[in-house]
Amino acid sequence: MRLKTTLIAAAAATAFSVGAHGATLDDVKAKGFIQCGVSTGLAGFAFTDSDGNWDGFDVVFCRATAAAVFGDPNAIKFTPTTGKTRFTALASGEIDLLYRNTTWTLSRDVDLKFSFLGVNYYDGQGFMIRKDMGVSSASELDGATVCIQTGTTTELNLADFFRANNMNYEPVPIETNAEAQQKYLANACDVYTTDASGLAATRATFEDPENHVILPEIISKEPLGPLVRHGDNAWGDIVRWVLNALIIAEEKGITAANVDSMASADTKDPEIKRLLGVEGNYGEMLGLSADWAVNAIKTGGNYGEIFEKHIGENTAIGLARGLNALWTEGGILYAPPFR
Amino acid sequence: MAGEKSVAFVAEQQIPPSPPPVRTGGALGWARDNLFSGVFNSVATLLSLAFVAYILAMVVPWLFIDSVWNASSLQGCREVDDGACLAVINERFLQFVFGFYPEELRWRPILAFVLLFVAIWPALFSSAPRKLLIFSALYPLLAYWLIWGGSLWGPVGAVVGIAIGWACIRFLPPLLARGRLDEGLAFLAAVGAGILGAALWWLFCVIAFEEALSTVLAISLEPVESARLGGFLLSTIIGVSGIAGSLPIGIVLALGRQSNLILIKGVCVGFIEFIRGVPLITLLFVAWLLLSYFLPPGTEFDLILRVVIMVTAFASAYMAEVIRGGLAGLPRGQYEAADSLGLDYWKSMRLIVLPQALKISIPGIVNTFIGLFKDTTLVIIIGLLDPVGLLQPIRADQNWNGIVWELYGFIALFFFIFCFAMSRYSMYLERNLDVGHR
Amino acid sequence: MSSSGQPPPEPFRVSQLLYDTRYRSYTIQIFALAVLMLAFAWAIDNAVRNLEALGKDIDFSFIFETSAYDINQHLLDYDSTSTHGRAAVIGIINTILIAVMGCITATVIGVLAGVLRLSRNWVVARLMTVYIETVRNIPVLIWILFTVAIVNEVLPGVRSFRGEDAMTGLLFDSVFITNRGFYIPAPVFEAGSAAVGVVLLLSMAAAWYFGRWARARQAATGQILPVFWGRLAILVIPVLLAFFAAGSPISLEIPALKGFNFKGGIYMRDSLIGLWLALSVYTGAFIAEIVRAGILAISKGQTEAAYALGIRPGRTMSLVVLPQALRVIVPPLISQFLNLTKNSSLAIAVGYMDATGTLGGITLNQTGREMECILLLMAFYLAASLTISGAMNAYNRSVRLKER
Repeated sequence: MRLKTTLIAAAAATAFSVGAHGATLDDVKAKGFIQCGVSTGLAGFAFTDSDGNWDGFDVVFCRATAAAVFGDPNAIKFTPTTGKTRFTALASGEIDLLYRNTTWTLSRDVDLKFSFLGVNYYDGQGFMIRKDMGVSSASELDGATVCIQTGTTTELNLADFFRANNMNYEPVPIETNAEAQQKYLANACDVYTTDASGLAATRATFEDPENHVILPEIISKEPLGPLVRHGDNAWGDIVRWVLNALIIAEEKGITAANVDSMASADTKDPEIKRLLGVEGNYGEMLGLSADWAVNAIKTGGNYGEIFEKHIGENTAIGLARGLNALWTEGGILYAPPFR
Repeated sequence: MAGEKSVAFVAEQQIPPSPPPVRTGGALGWARDNLFSGVFNSVATLLSLAFVAYILAMVVPWLFIDSVWNASSLQGCREVDDGACLAVINERFLQFVFGFYPEELRWRPILAFVLLFVAIWPALFSSAPRKLLIFSALYPLLAYWLIWGGSLWGPVGAVVGIAIGWACIRFLPPLLARGRLDEGLAFLAAVGAGILGAALWWLFCVIAFEEALSTVLAISLEPVESARLGGFLLSTIIGVSGIAGSLPIGIVLALGRQSNLILIKGVCVGFIEFIRGVPLITLLFVAWLLLSYFLPPGTEFDLILRVVIMVTAFASAYMAEVIRGGLAGLPRGQYEAADSLGLDYWKSMRLIVLPQALKISIPGIVNTFIGLFKDTTLVIIIGLLDPVGLLQPIRADQNWNGIVWELYGFIALFFFIFCFAMSRYSMYLERNLDVGHR
Repeated sequence: MSSSGQPPPEPFRVSQLLYDTRYRSYTIQIFALAVLMLAFAWAIDNAVRNLEALGKDIDFSFIFETSAYDINQHLLDYDSTSTHGRAAVIGIINTILIAVMGCITATVIGVLAGVLRLSRNWVVARLMTVYIETVRNIPVLIWILFTVAIVNEVLPGVRSFRGEDAMTGLLFDSVFITNRGFYIPAPVFEAGSAAVGVVLLLSMAAAWYFGRWARARQAATGQILPVFWGRLAILVIPVLLAFFAAGSPISLEIPALKGFNFKGGIYMRDSLIGLWLALSVYTGAFIAEIVRAGILAISKGQTEAAYALGIRPGRTMSLVVLPQALRVIVPPLISQFLNLTKNSSLAIAVGYMDATGTLGGITLNQTGREMECILLLMAFYLAASLTISGAMNAYNRSVRLKER
């Protein structure tokens, strides 16, 4: 009896017949939504409410991409992925785009056959520890029990860091952030290590965040960004330029509130005109409508607005802009020129 | 006898019965006999009682007296009382049952679940009307349509494909045999044509059929994507479809293993031993990572469907062993009787051997089902949100951060109720069926 | 089939392939073979084309590349400069460790629970029934997560052994039970311990020989010697003498709290403890049912016959019932061992680094070679299962009732 259902599905599958390889843009347009891979749950970056609606920093970037392609930020479906499942989900074509605090590394770019399309958050790996342990520097962690999320670069950085400093440690590999948090709070590990943004996000959910410190050492560079499959150039270009458009929008002071008036009013700045599709045919070049950037910006505002709303200093997570400030403001956020 | 003086050694009146000795009678006697019959036994009894009392003293106040049913967060619970924070179950109960299935559509899986019992009714009770078997055969497609939604014509198209194949096998042989073809070859050709016809239909015509009919008469349910399926709904889907699929495949494998065709036997033994030799987890890895490699480029299967396929394969191997036990448990005479009646292999299997063998393996089949149902929890390893998987998002929620025992207890209780009921049912069957063949 | 009055052979007709039992089996098998080969060829062709499209190949050379990650529990030397192959070996050893530990405790628990469930003591028997039914009807994964959670949440943290009113360890402050696992003393072998080892081996041989001799003597004279105590004496006394004669070469390293954690001794991690307990308790419930069924399978007449001969209950159990019950018990028992070994792959859920955790987990993830890793992983489990079931078949043959 089961066989029949299987066959139905086979038939249905041929109907969808999503080419997992290449031409993702056509597939996305054909099916009418983007399948975006996000974290299973990391406060501020990607989380669900009890109705199963997704929100968060990474999620808004996904939605902005959908808005650019379809003019509708809800033309999107989310697939929660763990550190472990994310790459296979992307490689197998289960998702079209991965926005999940994923570090850009050579081997992922080259050996795992993905294309990274920019950086939406510059991060670094840090350590969190209880205040009453009296530790003020990562170099005092000799012999500590360290909780790490497996399947991430943090696992490798950690091994490197302790070896380079000639220290011992006891790794406790853990699958998800929620489990790591539980172990850390139960004191089954002394230290929790992951990207500093993740640590801040996790700490924000504690009952007593003031009793935990994030150590000053950042032991790695973790440029986190979106990625697609290798060879998906047309699709990759869209994802890259949606991200860039949001950064340029911040540079130019375009916000969710004023984007419509900026697009209709006669602004002097030619780059704004180009970005908002008043001048030139940049949307067409990407295979999108002229107002793609307007739609993307309307979704959640420019980069700065998204940052402030979800992970900025006024949220429970309370991250400073730091490296993620615009290059004009002392950060390294720098989008290529829009022309 | 009356009036005559009896002899000395004959009792003249009945001696009144004396009460039983304290040692054996009454509750005390029972206790002494069963609980305190020796030093070791007394110690064991006391220890056991102490253990039970300890557990009850720990659990009962926590679960029943100090528990909190209404609060919106763990902190809220703690403010009211320090017992179990059952408010989380209260709040997330529907999520545990349906996952993220859209709220207004939840009647569909419920209906599918109710219909499931209608579908298995004729399989369990011979008193059910035979016509229902047609419904049972169509049920998987109906359930698929109800749960996933979409156009009704998709499942109907699949049925048409099966009908085409069946029609070829049923009606072509006489037509072909009327020509110059040999009867046997005609049959073979018909089977081939049936398979080919169905395959062609599925590959090329179904979609056109579906679209055409949809424009004429659009009957469709709002589609629900697989990512929204979760909780016990997901466990039930995987468990039930795994068992439904594994039964026929298991029968074929068991027959194959008994076959004296060396090649067939070898293939079946190889398959069964391979599947039984590796953990289910590795098979789930295959479903998740590798299965799509072995399908034509561009084919995309839903992850749940891939998991169902691998779980079915897994359960089939175990089912085959259960049914092999049933086949072996049948007295040799039954096989010989079937042969002596001149029945061919399939007829003797269908009419004589399998009905009896299946009957005696029903308890084993139920046990396999219980095992499979419990094993559905493993899908969390590949990221599906079954009840255990739902623990993650709940615990990541700021409100319920740090909640542990309530959730484990709730899930464990659910599985216990279901599996315990099933195992009682299987014992009942075992007792009822334990009549023949001895 | 052939008889003397056979007509001359008919000319071969094509339909004979289908209707003549002499040929039919070949037809079916060749047809099946063809279908099978086609299916395989189709799948492999698809795989080749898919891999090509992804720009991947099948390449096992990652085994010799540096793994770059650490494994907490390694019984052989390992660090992040070792190869992926070595990481896999470490994982396999960890699987074998948990499987062996689990099988031993599961058997002990199972035999106890199975025998006690048949006890005349109502309370004990009911308690065992409750244990067996509860454990069997809840998925093993939940048990594993639950036990690890108990270890993590209920046991005292390492911190409580530090500071002013610190807790002290069990057994003269030498065993520490914490929520990070158990720290137990480890034996340290110094020069001279080899001699003690040799003596131990010799006394084991002597104990075995003593048992044989006592049995032979019992058969000859009917006298029953205290075999157990005799063996114990033979085992313990010479070893103790040798130990002191060699100047106590074996000492215990007692774990001590230094820095973040206890140092020294043997560290059994929380994941190991949780997994071990959960698997033992879970499999133990199944074994208990097997043991019970095995004992019940021995007809009551056997016991009664033994009583009639005047054999005491304990000896009836050990000489009459158990040897016969074992024949019924052992095959399903071994298949439970197999299940336990396979279930140990759930270690991945609690971060115990077994073969699934290293080869099928981190290595797979860091290298992205899912096809190769899963093939190797399956090959390992398959080899383990086939070895165990091969041993089981050999045993079955050796204890089969020799019907004459």
